[in-house]
Amino acid sequence: MKCDICNKPAVVHEVTVKNGVTKEIHLCKEHAEEAGVAMPTHQPINQLLTQFVMSQGGQSSESSRKSCPGCGTTFSQFRQTGTLGCPECYDAFEEQLAPLIERAQNGATHHRGKVPKRAGDSLDRTVIIRQLTKELDQAVTAEQYERAAELRDRLRHIDETPASPQITKQAKRKAKRPPKKD
Amino acid sequence: MEFASKGSWLSEGGPEADVVMSCRVRAARNLVGFPFVARASDAERHELVHIAKQVVLDSELGQEMIWVDLAKATSRDRQLLVERHLISRHLAEADMPRAVAVSEDETLSIMINEEDHLRMQLIAPGFRLAELVEQIEKVDETLEQKTDFAFSSRWGYLTACPTNVGTGIRLSVMMHLPALKLTNEIERVRRAAKDLHLAVRGYYGEGSESAGDFYQISNQVTLGQSESELLEEFVQVVLPRVIDYEHQSRKILVERNTNLLDDRVHRALAVLRSARLLGAEEAMKHLSRVRLGIHLRRLQDVQLDVINRLLLQIQPGHLQLHIGADLSPDRLREARANVVRKALR
Repeated sequence: MKCDICNKPAVVHEVTVKNGVTKEIHLCKEHAEEAGVAMPTHQPINQLLTQFVMSQGGQSSESSRKSCPGCGTTFSQFRQTGTLGCPECYDAFEEQLAPLIERAQNGATHHRGKVPKRAGDSLDRTVIIRQLTKELDQAVTAEQYERAAELRDRLRHIDETPASPQITKQAKRKAKRPPKKD
Repeated sequence: MEFASKGSWLSEGGPEADVVMSCRVRAARNLVGFPFVARASDAERHELVHIAKQVVLDSELGQEMIWVDLAKATSRDRQLLVERHLISRHLAEADMPRAVAVSEDETLSIMINEEDHLRMQLIAPGFRLAELVEQIEKVDETLEQKTDFAFSSRWGYLTACPTNVGTGIRLSVMMHLPALKLTNEIERVRRAAKDLHLAVRGYYGEGSESAGDFYQISNQVTLGQSESELLEEFVQVVLPRVIDYEHQSRKILVERNTNLLDDRVHRALAVLRSARLLGAEEAMKHLSRVRLGIHLRRLQDVQLDVINRLLLQIQPGHLQLHIGADLSPDRLREARANVVRKALR
């Protein structure tokens, strides 16, 4: 493939599709530099993370220590591995994640695809169960047994309404968990 | 493990089969109430396998699915599943409770405890993305009746890595681009793909080399675009362009470089017919050129389906299955050459 301007081999190839019209540009190194054609490259998430952290300066250390209430993952752990700890991390780190996701996803900021039929139901349920089990843990630790029994009943009630197997299992597992010994 | 003699996605031609080998659609899903796989404890991973097994086998799909506990499967069986593109290398090599459900016709596979709790995948020969997208939606909905997937209204389906968040859908197309490679124009595809935010990978996906001029092209963006918009982009813009590039290069080869083309094609066939030791990469390279020769009618006495089948049969797992024993690298090369010679006699 030759350069659009001269006869040298093209090293930069740009294809843009706008309103259904495709435009191709092929340029040699010199003409590409001259034209200032920058290649929009897709960067792996780890690279984005490093750049992001650097651009945040001193602010990053404080926010890096913040951990997800769902699984305890910190933002700096996410930076190291590139994977989040649990679905709740998206909420916990929303502020830091949003610009990252936007860059990794070619500027997209919101989901526009399919929505699961039971989404609303499951989201509410998870939040309630999470809150109740947290309170239950606290009550057991503080030896407030009456309160704990009440919370356990409420969890059991959620348990009895039809739900997916893993939510009820998760609730049961947490409700059964023995009190923590410090 | 029982297997048909061939991967169904390699057997038939399918539309545009001279360039498009196969299409794949993958959806990443996670169950509500559990950490993602990497963060989960072994007990939770066990539980995830257990729940997934119930969900899959109790669903309408259950009847046609074969459940494989990968932690208990032999490494040879796992290798076989990788070669059939039914599980990822990552899942095969992981050291944790994990499983896969495979449909009897080997078109659908559901991986458990890959990077995400569930990764469902459909694969078919030729250019059939639209059918696959429709089917994966059905699979998703069938499983959704039995379980809840982690979802947020802003981010869509929540995945362990934010690069999959949104639809969680990855479309990938395995393309055979030997003419672009021979004419040194493959960079053109890479650049075009990059501009369209697509990834170009090798035969086995992420991190693999493009053995035998086979390239996998897939979307990198999963957020901000609906499933149908993504599909439309692939079907209307991306694929026709790459197919056209390859066809143009093939035409140039036939019209202006007949000698080079015939030399490469016949030389490849000669090596395959006479070699006594064949490496996997070498075999893929020559099979690829013979495949090109068949499509351009430069070779008359070789059948396309024989070549397509060989592409799978020469892989280490399949050779070992054929021989019935684990083989050393030297013995593998020997067995590969024997299988190829016999098929092309």
